[in-house]
Amino acid sequence: MIKILNYLKPFSLIVAIIIGLVFVQALADLYLPTLLADIVDVGIVNGDTDYILRIGGFMLLVTAGSAACSILASYLSSRTASGFGRDVRSKIFSQVTGFSLHEFDQLGTATLITRTTNDVNQVQQVLIMIMRMMIYAPLIGIGGIIMAVSKDATLSLVLVVAIPVLIGTIALIAFKGVPLFRIMQKRLDRVNLVLRENLTGIRVIRAFNRTAFEKDRFHGANRDLTDTAIKVNRIMGLLFPVMMLIMNVTSIAIIWFGSIRIDNGDMQVGSLIAFLQYAMQIMFAVLMLSMLFVMLPRAQASSVRINEVLDMKAEINDPAQPKHANAERGVVEFRDVTFSYPGAEQPAISNISFTARPGEMVAIIGGTGAGKSTMVNLLPRFYDVYSGAVLVDGVDVREMTQEELRAKIGFVPQQAVLFSGTIADNIKYGKDDATEDEVEAAADTAQATEFITTMKEGFGSVISQGGTNVSGGQKQRLSIARALVRKPEIYLFDDSFSALDFKTDAKLRQALRKSTRDSTLILVAQRVSTVLDADKIIVLDEGRIAGMGRHRELLKTSEVYREIVASQLSEEELAA
Amino acid sequence: MSAPMSNNRNGGRPSNEPARGGRPMGGPFGGMIGMPVQKAKDTKGTLRRMLGYLRPYKMQLVLVITLAILSTVFSILGPKIMGEATTKLFEGLIAKMQGVPGAGIDFGFIGQILMILAGLYIISAVFGYLQQYVMAAVAQNTVYDMRRDVFQKLARLPLKFFDARTHGEILSRVTNDVDNISNTLQQGVVQLITSVVTIVGTIVMMVTISIWLTLIALVTLPLSVLVTTVIAKRSQKFFAGQQKTLGQLNGHVEEMYTGHKIVKAFGHEEESVEQFDKVNGDLYEVGWKAQFISGLIMPVLMFVGNLGYVFVCVIGGIMVTQRGIAIGDVQAFIQYSRQFTMPITQLANLANVIQLAIASAERVFELLDEVEEAPDREDAIVIASPRGDVWFDHVAFSYTADEPLIEDMNINVKAGQTIAIVGPTGAGKTTLVNLLMRFYELDGGKITVDGVNINDMKRGDLRSIFGMVLQDTWLFNGTIRDNIGYGRPEASMDEIVEAAKTAYADHFIRTLPEGYDTVLNEEASNISQGQKQLLAIARAVLANPSILILDEATSSVDTRTEVLIQRAMDDLMAGRTNFVIAHRLSTIRDADLILVMNNGSVIEKGTHHELLEAGGFYADLYNSQFTKGGAFEPELVVAGSSV
Repeated sequence: MIKILNYLKPFSLIVAIIIGLVFVQALADLYLPTLLADIVDVGIVNGDTDYILRIGGFMLLVTAGSAACSILASYLSSRTASGFGRDVRSKIFSQVTGFSLHEFDQLGTATLITRTTNDVNQVQQVLIMIMRMMIYAPLIGIGGIIMAVSKDATLSLVLVVAIPVLIGTIALIAFKGVPLFRIMQKRLDRVNLVLRENLTGIRVIRAFNRTAFEKDRFHGANRDLTDTAIKVNRIMGLLFPVMMLIMNVTSIAIIWFGSIRIDNGDMQVGSLIAFLQYAMQIMFAVLMLSMLFVMLPRAQASSVRINEVLDMKAEINDPAQPKHANAERGVVEFRDVTFSYPGAEQPAISNISFTARPGEMVAIIGGTGAGKSTMVNLLPRFYDVYSGAVLVDGVDVREMTQEELRAKIGFVPQQAVLFSGTIADNIKYGKDDATEDEVEAAADTAQATEFITTMKEGFGSVISQGGTNVSGGQKQRLSIARALVRKPEIYLFDDSFSALDFKTDAKLRQALRKSTRDSTLILVAQRVSTVLDADKIIVLDEGRIAGMGRHRELLKTSEVYREIVASQLSEEELAA
Repeated sequence: MSAPMSNNRNGGRPSNEPARGGRPMGGPFGGMIGMPVQKAKDTKGTLRRMLGYLRPYKMQLVLVITLAILSTVFSILGPKIMGEATTKLFEGLIAKMQGVPGAGIDFGFIGQILMILAGLYIISAVFGYLQQYVMAAVAQNTVYDMRRDVFQKLARLPLKFFDARTHGEILSRVTNDVDNISNTLQQGVVQLITSVVTIVGTIVMMVTISIWLTLIALVTLPLSVLVTTVIAKRSQKFFAGQQKTLGQLNGHVEEMYTGHKIVKAFGHEEESVEQFDKVNGDLYEVGWKAQFISGLIMPVLMFVGNLGYVFVCVIGGIMVTQRGIAIGDVQAFIQYSRQFTMPITQLANLANVIQLAIASAERVFELLDEVEEAPDREDAIVIASPRGDVWFDHVAFSYTADEPLIEDMNINVKAGQTIAIVGPTGAGKTTLVNLLMRFYELDGGKITVDGVNINDMKRGDLRSIFGMVLQDTWLFNGTIRDNIGYGRPEASMDEIVEAAKTAYADHFIRTLPEGYDTVLNEEASNISQGQKQLLAIARAVLANPSILILDEATSSVDTRTEVLIQRAMDDLMAGRTNFVIAHRLSTIRDADLILVMNNGSVIEKGTHHELLEAGGFYADLYNSQFTKGGAFEPELVVAGSSV
């Protein structure tokens, strides 16, 4: 929490002003009861109407001053907290944008999103609370005690008993209640889990006639949740009545002991009235603070999560003296590459060596977990190799800037990702200054023109966030068009045809061949049919090259390849 | 601290927000006021139904209300009684000062009053707690009933309902909406009563002390109300703006993070940051304004309250000097006038909270009013030992009335036959399952199983004839044993192991740390996709259905598991009627009937040779796959792995 408050530095002057304002406000609020005591002790006792009016006017000024300070403080703290939130968010976002996939894997996309949005909001909210109350409450508390003691030190002994009792009670209730809240959250999660399973599995549940069973499961979870919720509410329900009781009993004690002191001539009635109000102010301050202590752990957790992101250093950075790779065009070389994911026992790929040249199509095939996608991810330097080297156009990818490297590559991912915007925007994402003709040509090759033209707005049709308004196959084709419009030296297809029906798949591959003649094609595939006509097929098995060559050669030389082929085709087809 | 804590303490802060969307950034106190509120369409009707839910707890509710009123009344009496003590004190003091003989402070009287006061406060606290205690059970049990009803309702709704909505939409009714109602019931109802009683009681007490002072104090009342409403109205605009901008920001973050790889691959980092900073700047602008304006309410109300305070002090003081009023009354009056602002802000807050809860209740009731599946026939026919003949007789079906999908489908399947479904999209599979299992009702014609119209059977009986092994295998959070036994809860352990063996799943299950007692986690991510499919096959083996609907192995499975799945499926299919979403050429060629589907409807049907000769869509499909004239016939790729 402290660490993240460093981002308040630019606002330190304003924060100082806010503290000053709150201080003045607290003073004003503390001053009012004293003035009231004066009215009673001087004005009323002496029957001095003028004095009462004068002090009354003064009280009005004080209260107006207090309000003014409070409003100004509120204005400044709103701006400060929002500004702080903006700065932290912006810092996180640019930090995360610089992350390599490695850091993304480590933390996970979902939590990165929450950390950039919700966590920052959480801290921002608490910051406002801190600025408004964390300063105000102790000031009122301490000031109230000082004023109370100055009014009557002996009577303050009542507070010496009352305040610890109040704090103890709050602590006790919180101590009992908080663990229950955690249990309740778990029970709530359980209810949600069962419900979600019932939605995702609805066909299976009905097919197997297990509705009654599921009902029991849900009712059990529901009952557990309800029982805990009742318990929690019964404990937390204690808080308010008990606290009110403590305060009221304190008032009674003050009046009783105060009366005795007044009788002895040690105190005046007005002071007693003022003392009562100070006692209440002090106790409300305690309440406010205890509420803050409830909020703080949440903000604390959020700031820890934010710091974790901010402290994480991107692993992949541009070299200080980047080399340029202009000697060759579209030559990819893996030189004895080994890579393992952090924490993994075994390398994801080991000792991979191969070369791809312009005009060639290199296919990578293998089962799940064989390391195909890993290979693809190393080329654009989404990860750095563990040993060996990946070279593009004769230069190690670690020795050139990421920008230069990636400008050479047209990448089509396994999961087609589109951004909100028009279809044209999405295709142009590959080349900002692409002309209309270029965009259309790319769409043509990607076999996307047909469905685009049937859409109402054509290329101007808007893709919604997450691309939910286009089908998987359409998404994939647009994602291919996006890579095509770049006219890169190297194409990288990571199993990018999976959502296409095979007719489109075949047509697309034919068109691709034509329009990517001068480029290097590297593609990952699951299906033998996709790789049949590749110039080079790399067969991966558990991260190692289990064979390399053309289809016919591999059928003869590679056992793993034959196995893959066999799993997809029946014996007779193999024999055919 | 977990979220629900603040929910309960604030008397129901609305948690009506998308799971990953930003939570509203209102100020913690008084920030609720001025937040835009979604209003219910039919408040009265919804309230009436809500009362229906509370009816079983009528007695408890009456008790709660009585307790709440009593508790409040007792605590309201406090200041006035305490004032009497002060007056007595003051009088005694004055008398003493004036040298009245024998005069002094009447400690006997003061002590008595204070004892009464202490008694009142204790009773008030006890009642206050009792009311909370009873209400906890009422509120939570009511919500329990609602959740139960919603869940039971879901079990009676047709699949059409679920297919037309996202899971999130339905989930949020049971979680967020019911939560809203729960919090409001727990805190809101009682707060409403105590606030009103406090306001009325305080006014009454004030009037009994002094009408003039009351009038002065009440001058500030309309002022407080005015301030609250004016500020609330203004801040609504900014809050709405803030929510919108926050939504944009969250959207951008989500998009950029999920598309991180693409952003990097295409070198768009800078643009992405630029766009973020722009929206972030907008959020700052509208955010601080919303924050500030909603934060105004407290200081301004405090100021108005203090104004009243000063007036009461001054005028009360003057009245005391003229002996128009006792000093203790002024003290009591000051306390009353200070008490005044709290219930008013609370009411303003409650107005929002309750509106939200009513809107939530309305959404829940809407769900409860959805049209249910037609009930099963009383005199339903039971097929004792099903063979597996299936007949589609002039079947007509469509999902939406204006887009006919299937117009006149006639298929006659004999027991033991295999039907291959082929085509580029996955919609066909879902439709088939929907119709065969009677998840959807036909528009025309009929489907019979062993000669019995499926509409004449109980849905449960019909569905037990079928088995499903689909690609998007569904397993639930439970042990492997329970998951395999899902189709036949009474199965013995031996039978489960036997089924697992048949499905080639026994081996991998035994390699797991807990074997058959291994608990699958929420996403069942502790076993692989292929292993899940093996479990689904084992589940089907155990259920031993006469008719199977299955997907052939998918591409997202490693090659060795794929072989196992294929083998297990072949074993499972033997001797049953099978509807196969086919990917392998061999399956398709050997099928007794091929259904070629496109966009969900059957466009061709026949055997492999018939269809090839017909030279239609299938032939086109088939031939386009063999343009290479290569070394062998590659499989016939049928895409659309997910529905």
